[in-house]
Amino acid sequence: MEPVTYNLIGAGLIVIGAGIGLGQIGGKAMEGIARQPEATGKIQTAMIIIAALLEGLAFGALFLGK
Amino acid sequence: MKIFQQSFKFLAIVSVLFFSTASFANSSTEGGGQIDTKKEVEDYILHHIQDSHDFSLFSYTSDAGERKHVGFPLPIIIWTSNGLTTFMSSKFHHNDDGHVIVEKNGLKFAKIHSKIYELDATASEVSFDKDHHAENAHKVLDFSITKSVVGVLLIGLLMFFWFSRLARQYKKKAIPTGFSRVLEPLVLYVRDEIARPNIGEKHYRKFTGYLLTVFFFIWILNLLGLTPFGFNVTGQLAVTACLAIFTLIIYTTSGNKDYWMHILWMQDAPWWIRPILAVIELAGTFIIKPFSLLVRLFANISAGHIVVMSLIAIMFTLKESLGVVGATTLSLVLSFFITLIEVLVAFLQAYIFTMLSALFIGMAVAEHDHDHAHDEQGQEIPDAEDVRGDFI
Repeated sequence: MEPVTYNLIGAGLIVIGAGIGLGQIGGKAMEGIARQPEATGKIQTAMIIIAALLEGLAFGALFLGK
Repeated sequence: MKIFQQSFKFLAIVSVLFFSTASFANSSTEGGGQIDTKKEVEDYILHHIQDSHDFSLFSYTSDAGERKHVGFPLPIIIWTSNGLTTFMSSKFHHNDDGHVIVEKNGLKFAKIHSKIYELDATASEVSFDKDHHAENAHKVLDFSITKSVVGVLLIGLLMFFWFSRLARQYKKKAIPTGFSRVLEPLVLYVRDEIARPNIGEKHYRKFTGYLLTVFFFIWILNLLGLTPFGFNVTGQLAVTACLAIFTLIIYTTSGNKDYWMHILWMQDAPWWIRPILAVIELAGTFIIKPFSLLVRLFANISAGHIVVMSLIAIMFTLKESLGVVGATTLSLVLSFFITLIEVLVAFLQAYIFTMLSALFIGMAVAEHDHDHAHDEQGQEIPDAEDVRGDFI
């Protein structure tokens, strides 16, 4: 296989990992909000920050692999 | 139930059409010559993502077969071996592969892939060796007013105008009028939802100015990138790196004793683990935090632009298989909804950049031996710094 193909496989793996992570964050935040709707604001802030950190990691990996 | 089945069928047909015909869309004959549509589209998107030395709105081929460009030239300012040299980018005649040589101050210049080379006295064209290093030319220091610089200056002036007007109105009547009414809730949002909870009541005023500037700068530039003018300012690494370095400088210079102790000599940890933690913390503070800030903004905006332009390009790549009307409709619908999502992303990325900047600054100025506020029952109200401790 050509190196480009390996890059694409790597990109796919990164996206799978990031997708699982984001799903966990989003799902758990939903559960939290459903249990305690009055804490929605705080949960959302924390959710966005962690999602952003995860996203930074995923984009960093994609960027390095380019 | 029937509607579901029908829409599922439609989706299946569309996706089958999409995937089975994509491979045929590589080439199409037009006007006698073979045009590689896929290659053209790729070149076009890559060209858009890069910064350019002229402001090109669109180009077309006239009836006489001549390529016409519509737009306006921008000044090129370069530092050469003969000192500062300036000329307009129109001298390159929209050439980007080094065939047009501009002579100025007794030196010869060529532009290849948006980079300007200074040719040696004897050379007439740039030639490259195997590793793609120019053999008879060298790059010059480029301070040109490029398209992105125009975008930055434009937004800078616009923001200066908007916010000085808002400030004047507060002095005069205490109620803003006109467009300032749009800005006021956003300013309050950044102050009350981003700066105040993340930095803390005591210090937030000092940093609100920076956070507001960075928020509006990124947000308006992101929105500008969605207009058909083709700006891609926040998708330039140089711009996002610069913003990240500002944040780095601010949280490094405003860090207090607790913050540096936390980085360099962590209390409550076994002594032998402290140097290891110091290395990790130093790497995190000076490399990972700014790097994640700059890459996130750059990658999100670039990816958004690439997706929008690829969906617009469906119009051309699937023209043969879906017909003109089908391909245009598909491309229009998809790119419309993606653009709506991009409007959301434009705000979200500005919010996240500002939020994380506030968070990092807040970590640097946090005071750990402070008294908590108390509510009526005498119970402690945890403030933002304690809440932050729970998830960082």
